[in-house]
Amino acid sequence: MRPAVNGHPADLVQAALAGGPAALPRDAAGWSLLVAQARTAGLLARVATLVGATLEEDVATLVGATLEEGVATLVGATPSPSAPWPAAAAGHLESALRVVRAQRAEVERELGHLRQALAPLGAPVVLLKGAAYVAAGLPPARARVFSDIDLLVPQERLGDAEQLLGLAGWRSTHLDAYDQRYYREWMHELPPMEHAQRGTTLDVHHAILPRTSRLGSPGAALFEAAVPLPAHPGLSVLGPEDMVLHAMTHLFVNDDVSHALRDLSDLDLLLRHFGARPGFWDALPGRAARLGLQRPLHFGLRHCAALLGTPAPAPAAAAAAAFGPAPPVAAAADWMWRRALRPQHPSTRLGGQGLALAALYLRGHWLRMPLPLLLRHLTVKSLKRLGEARGDDAQGGRG
Amino acid sequence: MSGLPATAAPRRFRVGAYAIEVGQAPADVLRSIDHLYGRYPRVAPGEFVDFSVGVRRRRLPRPWVPQSVFVVEGEEPFNPLPGNQGFPLLEWGLNWCIYGLCHQHLTIHAAVLERGGRAIVIPAPSGSGKSTLCAGLLFRGWRLLSDEFALVCPRSGELIPNPRPVSLKNESIEVVRRFAPEAEFGSLVRDTVKGVVGHFRVPDEALQRARERAAPGWIVVPRFTPGQPPTLRRMDRALAFMRLVENAFNYAVFGRQGFEMLGALVDRSQCFTFEYGDLGAATELFDRLSRGDPDVCG
Repeated sequence: MRPAVNGHPADLVQAALAGGPAALPRDAAGWSLLVAQARTAGLLARVATLVGATLEEDVATLVGATLEEGVATLVGATPSPSAPWPAAAAGHLESALRVVRAQRAEVERELGHLRQALAPLGAPVVLLKGAAYVAAGLPPARARVFSDIDLLVPQERLGDAEQLLGLAGWRSTHLDAYDQRYYREWMHELPPMEHAQRGTTLDVHHAILPRTSRLGSPGAALFEAAVPLPAHPGLSVLGPEDMVLHAMTHLFVNDDVSHALRDLSDLDLLLRHFGARPGFWDALPGRAARLGLQRPLHFGLRHCAALLGTPAPAPAAAAAAAFGPAPPVAAAADWMWRRALRPQHPSTRLGGQGLALAALYLRGHWLRMPLPLLLRHLTVKSLKRLGEARGDDAQGGRG
Repeated sequence: MSGLPATAAPRRFRVGAYAIEVGQAPADVLRSIDHLYGRYPRVAPGEFVDFSVGVRRRRLPRPWVPQSVFVVEGEEPFNPLPGNQGFPLLEWGLNWCIYGLCHQHLTIHAAVLERGGRAIVIPAPSGSGKSTLCAGLLFRGWRLLSDEFALVCPRSGELIPNPRPVSLKNESIEVVRRFAPEAEFGSLVRDTVKGVVGHFRVPDEALQRARERAAPGWIVVPRFTPGQPPTLRRMDRALAFMRLVENAFNYAVFGRQGFEMLGALVDRSQCFTFEYGDLGAATELFDRLSRGDPDVCG
């Protein structure tokens, strides 16, 4: 393996995100590790923007280059005190930025198709997560890679939306009867849809948490505060507070925490962006209480501040702190999240990493549905997986 | 030699622009690495490493059926293969690192060789005789850039070398052995999804010049037809362009720039289709092609 930094499993990505360009590694071995960790965490393009920030001072402004061109000019450069990143590392950053740019273009194109498909709906269509960041030009879009487009429509119009999307070529996936029932009866979204020709996927939600969730399932209230997008008539994004609370909910009430650090970085960028607006911080705790999302707010501000130094004014921070769990639970939660909020790369593993992730997986499910339903769901899933494994074996035997 | 236990990992070597570290691998895989990558430039500890990979030998869930698992940066992106296929698995995994993760360059499924400073790009899906033709040419005076990937630099439009051991399948192995007895094959692996797979060493010259890029010269789309005399036919540029698009891994990632890059590659090359049934006759025709013989199309 590559050398660990001072013998410790160092998280170089978190160090760079928190410390800015000055905290980037100073040698080639450090850069190897940073690129590998950042790739695993889905944050390679974000690291590129940090290099870009250093470029703005020297290379980029001198040559009048965009960030991408700036990074590209480093390819072939030899490491020096002012540019300690090896050319090979710059190549990987360039690669990551190229993927972000291609995805952004693809999302812009898809939004045009969506707008057309859903125009007859006559109901608000709210973009969520990555697609919202791109459509509204928010900071996370500059360095974010994502795999599908998420949108939110009022629950009573879900059937109409599904029909209109079907007419425009989006087909339901997960055609197995159990999966269909799982999504339609218990979840907060339709089974994922895939476009027959373009292959793009779409998650159509009517709420931001499952119907069966312990935290309730905020849906209708979100439409009141939605913000229409002038550049995309017919489409909206969540209001600033709701968008931040949704990002927190998505991160901290989820069974899949494999990209938790990336989601935390998104949250950090959103908080810094909206935090500059008057009234944002005053409204945030009240809005969390109204939507029943106090706990996600607590975890969100706590870990953003601890890992990425996200500033929050004292009253908002105090309100969020009060939303936390009782001390023994809080200690356990901290122990788990400290392990999840790292690049899941061998060089950053802490003791108990596997246990923490398994516990968070169970916790995510626990929060999503009541225990009897959860047990039933996990049993069906394991049986199905076993069946699939048997099928594979049988195929292997024939082959 | 092969009976001795290999010394422990890691192995660090440079293939063209990329520095590879094999952190962990079973002894048979290490022996293949030492044989096939033994003469590649070393990467010293502390130097930048592009990919840290390995092969894990797994004896679960069935201890009597060992499996090989490809590991990259601690993750296992593929299903395991039977235990004896560790080295081909490593090669396929390294291919994935290039075409799946590296968008520094436009990546096309093609063999690339160079002669007189100009590159020949042989784009083709598996089974078209691409690797066999590539093997034939590299033993007849052409320098190997890659038998798997044409890597096109977005700034210069040049072809970037990535000379990995050349992979051959089934009958091609015997064909190349007869054609070039000097080819140094590693051990053959049987019963893979592609049949028998063998790799041979890249000639030293290709390794010594592995940082030397080449300007586009020819695009040749081959088809192996038994008994057919070697026949080059001029190919329509638009068709050659489409062949490159079909075989490109990351055309969409490059967007409009990708369209322009492939257009430039076609514009700077002479484009041909090529049918052949005999390797010796084929390489003689390419020799004439490289010398600018105006009558190569017969």
